[in-house]
Amino acid sequence: MLDKLIMYLQYPFVKYAIIVGVLIALCSSLLGVTLVLKRYSYIGDGLSHVAFGALAIATVCDLTNKMILVLPLTIVSAILLLRNGTNAKVKGDAQLAMLSVSALAFGYMLMNLFPSSSNITGDVCTTLFGSTSILTLTAQEVWISIVLSVFVVTIFILFYNRIFAITFDEGFAKAVGTNVKFYNLLIATVIAIIIVLAMKLVGSLLISALVIFPAISAMSILKNFKSVVIFSAISSVLCALIGILVSILAGTPVGSTIVVFDAFLFLLCYIIGRVRSLA
Amino acid sequence: MSILSARDLSIGYDGRTILSNIDFKIHSGDYFCIVGENGSGKSTLMKTILGLQPAISGEIVFGDGLNKSQIGYLPQQTDLQKDFPASVYEIVLSGCQSHLGKHFFYSKAQKKTALMNMEKMGISHLKNRCFRELSGGQKQRVLLSRALCATTRVLLLDEPVAGLDPTMTADMYQLIKELNDDGMTIIMISHDIANISIYANRIFDINKAEIKTITTGGTCYVG
Repeated sequence: MLDKLIMYLQYPFVKYAIIVGVLIALCSSLLGVTLVLKRYSYIGDGLSHVAFGALAIATVCDLTNKMILVLPLTIVSAILLLRNGTNAKVKGDAQLAMLSVSALAFGYMLMNLFPSSSNITGDVCTTLFGSTSILTLTAQEVWISIVLSVFVVTIFILFYNRIFAITFDEGFAKAVGTNVKFYNLLIATVIAIIIVLAMKLVGSLLISALVIFPAISAMSILKNFKSVVIFSAISSVLCALIGILVSILAGTPVGSTIVVFDAFLFLLCYIIGRVRSLA
Repeated sequence: MSILSARDLSIGYDGRTILSNIDFKIHSGDYFCIVGENGSGKSTLMKTILGLQPAISGEIVFGDGLNKSQIGYLPQQTDLQKDFPASVYEIVLSGCQSHLGKHFFYSKAQKKTALMNMEKMGISHLKNRCFRELSGGQKQRVLLSRALCATTRVLLLDEPVAGLDPTMTADMYQLIKELNDDGMTIIMISHDIANISIYANRIFDINKAEIKTITTGGTCYVG
């Protein structure tokens, strides 16, 4: 089995998949903690459907670099959804659901009306579940992913203290003069970037898993913010790495394999957390 | 010289006025209480003072060199914080965020301020404990320490004893009184009239829109 693995690792498309997969897992887990704590777990799902719709438009227009359209559209939607911060009214989740399903329906319809290939079902399935697209990455896409990931991680580290402050208590942050609006905008932008990146890896239906699972796993066993962030980053990267390798060896779909490992880790952490609180 | 005053202020939500003709002056060193029934607009007034929402008309004026971001704020605890994984130290330190300026990380002096304020509130031993596991009274002390990191001059407290048992309530009032004795201006929202008339020197009844100045009392009850 090890021989097989070493053989596979010599192919550039496998290397690319691992590099991009690990980076995406890292970025999504960092912001995941903030999203989960701000009660925005579901935003990943909504945004990924928007990205799916945008991707359909880009495919129909036959753009060579689809990112040019997908990224700005997703960022704009993220800003529209998050601009109200934690004070958003109840209708926020209905808004999100509406946006999410209409983007999905619109995208699917476009792909059917203007088929770009003969295998529409396959195309759609790939976009939704990411099945094999991570193994078809080009060197250019890998570079874009690296640049965007570095941007996301840098932003997160530099603004870590402010992100913590706003996540914990937006009202207090605003009262003492922190520019909450700006940081919410920044968080929204970064999330949109992550979603667009992650679509390649797990597809738009499974992105929420990458955002939510590492954070929840960490939160069920750890008790301060910094350790939660670090643990979710490490666990997310490990799950992605193991998931990609297993999927290559076993021939399973990459995205769902990673998610299965994430879910399994959560179960483990949850049980440890429960046992510890009982003891 | 008043440190903060409301001039012909009208407050409300979404263009709807809840209260109007609010006028008061708060002086440096005051223990100023805003009282009123539930739903009378106390919290709206507090949010307007803090600049969390705009006034409908009129204005809040800061004086004596105070600017808006120098007000420390003790909010009511939100549901969100009930399962938040954060250590006491992380939360107290976040009170220094207004002093970050153009820096990304907290300086040594700011970390020292946080430790000092924890010491002052008697929660140094809880430094690495998880916020969500603390008792109601301990949580209030943590949030009070955080507010102290943000200010040395004015503290705004929103129902600081809500949900506390009688012992903790007395504790909390004692703590606030000590801060006031050290020169901190206190602005408090409450409907605990009985205790407030012991500690506060001025009480603003939001429904009658009048200020009662208490000249005697206060300290004599506490000893």
